[in-house]
Amino acid sequence: MNPSRWQTPSAARQPALFALVLLILAIAINLIVQPNMFARDTLNSNMRVFLPIILMAVGQAIVILGGGIDISVGGIVSIVNTVLATQVGLEGSPADMWRYLFISLLIGFLAGAINGFFIAFLRLQPIITTYATSFLYAGLALYVLPNPGGGIPGEIAALYRSSTPMNLPLAFYVIAILLLIWFYLRSTRYGNFLYAVGGKADAAYETAVPVTWVQFSTYIISGLMAALSGIAITMLSGSGNADIGGPMTLNSITAVVIGGNALSGGVGGVAGPVMGAITLGVIQNIISFADIDTWWETFVRAVIIVVALAAPGIVSLFRRRHQ
Amino acid sequence: MRRISISPPVAALILAVVLFLLSGLLPNGFGSDLDVARAQALNILRLAVFLGVIAAGQTLVIISGGEGIDLSAGSVVTLTAILTYIIVNGVDARVLPALFVVLVVGALIGFINGAGITFLKISPFVMTLGMAGVVTGAIIVITHGSVTGKVAPIMTRLIARPLSPDLQIPNAIIIWLFFGILMWLLLERTAFGRNLFAIGVNRITAKLSGVNVTGMNLLTYALAGALAGFGGFLLVGNTGVVHLQLGQPFLFPSIAAVAVGGTLLSGGKGSYWGTMAGAITLTLITSLLTTMQMPESVRQMVLGGTLLILISIYGRQRALRQ
Repeated sequence: MNPSRWQTPSAARQPALFALVLLILAIAINLIVQPNMFARDTLNSNMRVFLPIILMAVGQAIVILGGGIDISVGGIVSIVNTVLATQVGLEGSPADMWRYLFISLLIGFLAGAINGFFIAFLRLQPIITTYATSFLYAGLALYVLPNPGGGIPGEIAALYRSSTPMNLPLAFYVIAILLLIWFYLRSTRYGNFLYAVGGKADAAYETAVPVTWVQFSTYIISGLMAALSGIAITMLSGSGNADIGGPMTLNSITAVVIGGNALSGGVGGVAGPVMGAITLGVIQNIISFADIDTWWETFVRAVIIVVALAAPGIVSLFRRRHQ
Repeated sequence: MRRISISPPVAALILAVVLFLLSGLLPNGFGSDLDVARAQALNILRLAVFLGVIAAGQTLVIISGGEGIDLSAGSVVTLTAILTYIIVNGVDARVLPALFVVLVVGALIGFINGAGITFLKISPFVMTLGMAGVVTGAIIVITHGSVTGKVAPIMTRLIARPLSPDLQIPNAIIIWLFFGILMWLLLERTAFGRNLFAIGVNRITAKLSGVNVTGMNLLTYALAGALAGFGGFLLVGNTGVVHLQLGQPFLFPSIAAVAVGGTLLSGGKGSYWGTMAGAITLTLITSLLTTMQMPESVRQMVLGGTLLILISIYGRQRALRQ
């Protein structure tokens, strides 16, 4: 028998496997409470709600793979949302929208670069640094738009809400593109560097991996993904609200962990977190369809999430017992 | 080149004093009126007590290393404040039982955190984050959105008021001082403290030198939960009212206070004095921004910026190249 099989915990060998099992389980239950969930319009209306958090989770996954964490993503989403809602406006032209989509990505890039500068170059601790910058970004969003309002033109929002090329939700194409990019990236030198830095930065440094630049790049990617997430959620809601991003941050981290990535870095991928984000959305869906007493909703959701987080640990605990 | 070394707690404290003195020059500051200055200083100190106590548990779990953090502290504070409120219901005699219940509930929640982290190998960040959700959910289930209760007069007298009219120092500050001494004794003069720093530096060497790492982990998280519970008890004694978001605003500041106080977020090094200084500095900055009547947006940005500067000064990790 292969000795290494006993040395590595099951989660490290197949990190995304558990996420897949969980996702299938969640979808099966969702199918019971919402039998028409695979109908085109239902599927689309679910996926367009899940997409912003999926995008954010992909960026978060990259940062976490590289050994960091990004708590400022919600703030970046809020800036993008408020900028789009105030600058494009309900009466804006498609040309304005395109220009500000580009500016949104630039904002994400800059915000990520600020995080990356402090963490990679000044070597500050990621959690507290991005916590501090989350205030900068959330404050900026509030400065741009003190009270909820503004918006983007309805026909542009409709592009996001009801595009179903070839009868498949737009979100599927976005996810497919992201996964293709990721699978390519993972096979490149950069992919190896990413896992090396997340696994053990010191050792990576000694083997001539450009640790600083790799760390810096993960925050840029996270910032860009947060900007995309902000664009998606703005097109979904059609309006502006400076508080829109805040609650998303911790969800994105939960999605990454449910997706099988280790928070300590270096273990996992992007497919798992994508599944994790969808699972979180499906759980929310199940709860709202399952006729649960409103007062119990938060509790039930939280317990399901904790059980989902605990399940791999419980499995490996039993496995150890049986040996 | 030798860097000027000044210990983080002292640096944070100096910063707090300088900021406070500067704040006197503000248009609506205390100016040259010493009585007003002292009243303001005491008020800020009193506000810092609650953040300081809540951050005490945070200090312990962060020192314990292994990515230790307690994101459930905020909701535990809310839960225990609500429990205190309901149990006491205005009766002096019920204060001690309420304190007991609150400490036990806090410790139990912390223990479950510790068990998930130790036995199920869930990372502390997500375990305590999940627990925060569960506790928040439980609060909603218990209260159905509204709480009826009352704090007892004796709580207000013992926490919010001064011991005697001549002393003019609110009791909360005196409680905090004693609390600080106890925390110092715990960290520096007990086997628990020694083992805590040992597992924070390196769990494997600690285990090999005979430290019960599993037990320490469980105990640390349970203790952190109990301390958050105590924080909730004090908080409700001071405010006299509860609401469902009472504790949440203390969560991330409690982590920031620990970091500003010079405790390494990776564990193994730190002090409660630092956390106290951090709590004072953060409370001071927040209340200064409030007195300056800045809009919420500017306040958030200044807070974020100040935090960044503070941690840039001494929150830096060791360089890759040694």
